Amino acid sequence: MIEIRLRHRQGNFLIDLDLQVEAAGITGLIGPSGAGKSTLFQCLAGHRKPAAGRITINGHVLFDSASRINLHPADRRVGVVFQEGLLFPHMSVRRNLGYGAPKGRDRFAAEVVDALDLGHLLDARPQRLSGGERQRAAIARALIAEPDVLLLDEPVSALDPGLKARTMDLISRVQARTGTPMIYISHAPEEIRALCSRVITLHRGTRTTATVESAPRPGLTRPQPAAQGLGYA
Amino acid sequence: MLSPMETEALMLSLRSSAAAVLWSLPLAVLAGWGLGRFRFPGHGVLNAVVHMPLVLPPVVLGYLLLVALGREGFIGAPLHALFGIRIAFTGTAVVIACAVVGFPLMVRAVRQSAEAIDPRYEQAARSLGASDLKVFLTVTLPLMAPGILAGITLAFARAVGEFGATITLAGNIPSRTQTLPLALYTVTQSPGGEDAAMRFCILSLALAGLALMASEAVSRRMQAEARA
Repeated sequence: MIEIRLRHRQGNFLIDLDLQVEAAGITGLIGPSGAGKSTLFQCLAGHRKPAAGRITINGHVLFDSASRINLHPADRRVGVVFQEGLLFPHMSVRRNLGYGAPKGRDRFAAEVVDALDLGHLLDARPQRLSGGERQRAAIARALIAEPDVLLLDEPVSALDPGLKARTMDLISRVQARTGTPMIYISHAPEEIRALCSRVITLHRGTRTTATVESAPRPGLTRPQPAAQGLGYA
Repeated sequence: MLSPMETEALMLSLRSSAAAVLWSLPLAVLAGWGLGRFRFPGHGVLNAVVHMPLVLPPVVLGYLLLVALGREGFIGAPLHALFGIRIAFTGTAVVIACAVVGFPLMVRAVRQSAEAIDPRYEQAARSLGASDLKVFLTVTLPLMAPGILAGITLAFARAVGEFGATITLAGNIPSRTQTLPLALYTVTQSPGGEDAAMRFCILSLALAGLALMASEAVSRRMQAEARA
C-alpha cells in the first residue's frame, strides 16, 4: 500500500493530498498541467522535500515530517523513468542497465532485457538509440534495480504514435512479468485508459486535491496486451 | 637545436605549468562544481575571490603572494620556522604563481560544464541506489569532463605564458625560476639579443600551437567516444 499525506506550497497553490493506493499493477496519475503531478513525483522519489506530510510504501516510511524522516533517494527503493529516458551518455547500454543492479540477480536482469527486447543493443551508446529504444532501456535500468515502486513520468509522450503504442505494450508486459508496481504519470487520458487499473486524479485549484479510483472508471478497461486498445498489433 | 638556456627555460616552463595544473585541478573541479550547482551564503564572495586573479594585475598578485609566502610572510614565516621550508624565489614559487593565475580559468570552464548538466541524470543515479559520492564520481564528473579538459588547456596555456606574478614571487634566477617568458625578457634586455629573443618567441609559439593541437585531438576523441 502506498500512503501519501502531503502539504506543499507551490507558488500561489497549495498541494494538499491524502490518499492511499494499492502498490500493485499500474496506477495512473493524471491531472491538468500545474496540478502537481511533477511535484508529487519528486516528493515520492525524494528529489524534493515536501513542507509537511508522511509518505510510506508497504509500511516503509520514506518521509515523515513529524518524526523528521526524509530518506535519501538511494534508500527509498523508488525507481524513476523520465520523459526523455536520460540514459547516462558516457556509458554503454549494458553499463547503464548494470548501474543499480543488485549483485547476484543476473537472471532477473536478463529477463528484463529480454522482456524489453534490448539484447541486441547492450553494447551500443545511448546516442545511437532511437527514442523508443532509449525509453525501453531507461525502463529496464530502473526495473533491474528492483524498486518497490517504479515512477514513470510521461514515458511515451515524446514518441511518435506507432512507437508510443509499442512502448506502452512493452510496459504492460514487463509489469506483468516482473510484478513491479508502477505509477504512470501522464496528461493523456487515453494512455491511462489503456494501461492502468486504478487512477489517481489531481484536481487543480488554489488547493490541489486528489481522488483515487481503485476500480476502473466506466470506459476504463485494461486491454491485454495494452496495445490492442491502441490499435497496435 | 636548442641552447642550454632555451632547454632549461622550456623544461622549467613545462614542468611548472604541468605541476600547477595538476595541483590545482582537484580544488578547481570542486570549486567550479560547487559554484555552478549550489547556492549558499557567501556564494558571491567566494565567486569574487576565485575570479580575482583574472582582473588583478599579475604583478599585484605576485606581490600579494610574496607578502603571504615570503620569509616574513604570515604563511611563509611559520613554514620556515617550523619546517625550514622556503617558498619565495624557488621553483615552488613558480608553480604557485602559475597555479594562482590559471585557477580561475579552470574554475570557469568547470562551472560552465557543471551548470549545463541536467540534474535529472544525478537524480536518476540516486534513485538507482547510488550514494552522493558515487553519483559525483560516476555521473557528474564524467559529464563535466569536456569542461575540465577545456579548463586544463586554458590554465596550462596561461601558466606557460605567466610573467608578472612569477617574476615578483619567484624572481628571475637562471636554471631555477627562469621560465620561457622570463628568459625572453632577459635576452631582450641584453644588447644584441634580438636573435635569441626571436628564437624564444618561436619556441613559445610552437609550444602554444602544440598545446592547442593536443587539446583539440583529445576533445575530438572524447566527442567520437560519446558518439560511438
